[in-house]
Amino acid sequence: MAITMTKGQTGLTGNAAIAIAMKQIDPDVCAAYPITPSTAVIEDFSSFVADGKVTTELITVESEHSAMSACIGASAAGARVMTATSSQGLALMWEMLYIASGMRLPIILTNVNRALSAPINIHCDHSDSMGARDAGWIQLYSETVQEAYDNLIQAVRIAEDKNVLLPAMVCFDGFITSHAIENITLLEDEEVKKFVGEYRADRYLLDTDRPSTYGAMSLPDVYIEFKHQQSQAMAGAKDVVVEIGKEFGRKFGRTYGLFDSYRLEDAETAIVILNSAAGTTKVAVDELRKQGKKVGALRPRLFRPFPFKEIAGELSHVKAVAVLDRVDSMSGFGGPLFNEVRSALYDNEKRPRVFSRIYGLGGRDYKVKDALGVFGELEKVVETGKVETLQKYITL
Amino acid sequence: MSAPAAPEKKEKISVPFDYNKYLRPNKLPHIWCPGCGHGIVLKAMLRAIDKSGFSKDQICVVSGIGCSSRTPGYVDFNTLHTLHGRALSFATGIKLAKPELKVIVVTGDGDALAIGGNHFIHTCRRNIDLTVLVFTNAIYGMTGGQYSPTTPMGSQATTSRYGSIEKPFDACEMAKASGASFVARGTAYHTLELEKTIHEAIMHKGTSVVDIIDACPTYFGRMNKYKSATHMMEVLEKDGTVSVKQVDKLPPEKVQGKFLRGVLHKDERPEYCEQYASLIMEKAKAK
Ligand SMILES: Cc1ncc(C[n+]2csc(CCOP(=O)(O)OP(=O)(O)O)c2C)c(N)n1
Ligand code: SF4
Ligand SMILES: [Mg+2]
Repeated sequence: MAITMTKGQTGLTGNAAIAIAMKQIDPDVCAAYPITPSTAVIEDFSSFVADGKVTTELITVESEHSAMSACIGASAAGARVMTATSSQGLALMWEMLYIASGMRLPIILTNVNRALSAPINIHCDHSDSMGARDAGWIQLYSETVQEAYDNLIQAVRIAEDKNVLLPAMVCFDGFITSHAIENITLLEDEEVKKFVGEYRADRYLLDTDRPSTYGAMSLPDVYIEFKHQQSQAMAGAKDVVVEIGKEFGRKFGRTYGLFDSYRLEDAETAIVILNSAAGTTKVAVDELRKQGKKVGALRPRLFRPFPFKEIAGELSHVKAVAVLDRVDSMSGFGGPLFNEVRSALYDNEKRPRVFSRIYGLGGRDYKVKDALGVFGELEKVVETGKVETLQKYITL
Repeated sequence: MSAPAAPEKKEKISVPFDYNKYLRPNKLPHIWCPGCGHGIVLKAMLRAIDKSGFSKDQICVVSGIGCSSRTPGYVDFNTLHTLHGRALSFATGIKLAKPELKVIVVTGDGDALAIGGNHFIHTCRRNIDLTVLVFTNAIYGMTGGQYSPTTPMGSQATTSRYGSIEKPFDACEMAKASGASFVARGTAYHTLELEKTIHEAIMHKGTSVVDIIDACPTYFGRMNKYKSATHMMEVLEKDGTVSVKQVDKLPPEKVQGKFLRGVLHKDERPEYCEQYASLIMEKAKAK
């Protein structure tokens, strides 16, 4: 819902902004099933469809399993395809997520992050998209409504790049970003249209001149080659993300990279954290900087593929790092972001001390005082050179 | 003080029904909107369970996800609140593991017939002893009013701004065709009749499905221009249905386009858990 409409500036919820981006992208097909907190994306978008503002075929199927299946069918037939979901909805798509990436179909999905059952909870954490982290989808995480909107538009270009051809997921925090109204700058419809261009699939079903097949049986003689190609495409997607982020900046004034660094240049300690909680962390950084403490924050934007070299470089001078996960991978060894970051740092000459903190599950608030607490712990680690507690839950 | 009644003449004393016996007071107030039909259905369900004579520990109430599926949270039986669409599968597991439990599934029209439609037909086919109460409000209430598989053609929903063009399911026809051995329909308006129907469903052995028409004034009502929750009940539940007992006496024009209420189908055929047990016994003997 829009509350103000000054020139270029609009107050929008994350869901409304995503629906507008979808309207501007005007995909050929959208198949979806409602689930809190992403419902409003498709609800708004279905009004655009009903009002004739888009040419999209909206298919309101009977479950997410069917939604992703319909998306795959449409994408294989050469259509530009988008959908949105959350939590159990994404979980029910699991089987098909791998089909989409294995068939190299550039489907675009908005995932509004929500905790997974059981017990049932509708609030934010990252267990849904993190559970899908190895499904072969590009994953972009967004701190604000503006970034979610910008990411969705860029995701189309990234996924459809002929060297990538992989599905992409844009993630942002349920309720915190999806339902709160923030001021954002929308692009003109024409600008978006030009930026994303028209999608022309190289190979598609029903191309009578060059008939093709998708997903055919591949036994040990070729299966691994398919996977090797997919893996290389995923690794290469990183450069495409950077290029498109730069192009977006040149055209519209907002440049995006692999991550967002905050006051890291001379930082001795840092928190690494995804999505909206980075905003809270930055407030804590500012407070501590005022006291002369050398602290900073790093917010990965791209999680799949994981920009391990760049992140290791960015943190190379830091003495102690806390990686905060809004999900527990239940491995007994911290959250998924912690594992990636810690592993990325292994090849550094001077490795920082790294510990894991799990926060905010099921929508528990993460406050400035929580970030300050973690920075306090980091300070102690620098003083003693020792990590007392490698992993634990905070915000309990 | 009245004199004790003579033993042969039973005095009729009206004792208020003690709902608290079956509720979890610390889970109240419930989330349902004012005017929602789900609360009336809950009331009928509790009274039917009471009449059935099962103890609280013998009953297990299972649900999926939705406004209707919130029911198990409020009732003091064995309860399991599961996933959207999957209540019947969880219930099948419970029943097979503990056939002595009376398992009642509380599900929405979306839960049972859209995302869980596959489980619905296969449960009926097996004729496993489950009591399935489908709260049919013709909408996905919980997620804000998208059309469901029971939304009448032409009706508005957030996903059908110009009226739904999809043909709705008749849950009773589907249950019957799939093999359920007890199929009935009730409404929240006919609350005493509903209580009797649910009681009969609970006492039946085999898959018993009760399709219960109730109102979602918040979404279906507002979007389809009903004046109030009572207006909805009158139009959809009172005037929109006809009792099977009366249907033969009415002229065709009074029946056309209306849903039939009451027990629509009942047959005795082997129940799944019993068949399962007897197969085991038979094979065990053969050795
Ligand atoms: C896999 C999955 N997809 C979507 C949802 C979101 N969701 C919750 S309830 C519901 C619809 C409920 O409709 P219905 O079963 O008719 O129950 P009502 O709320 O109308 O009583 C949906 C789509 C979910 N919880 N899980
Ligand atoms: S939204 Fe509809 S179904 Fe849900 S509680 Fe409100 S009235 Fe009932
Ligand atoms: Mg419903």
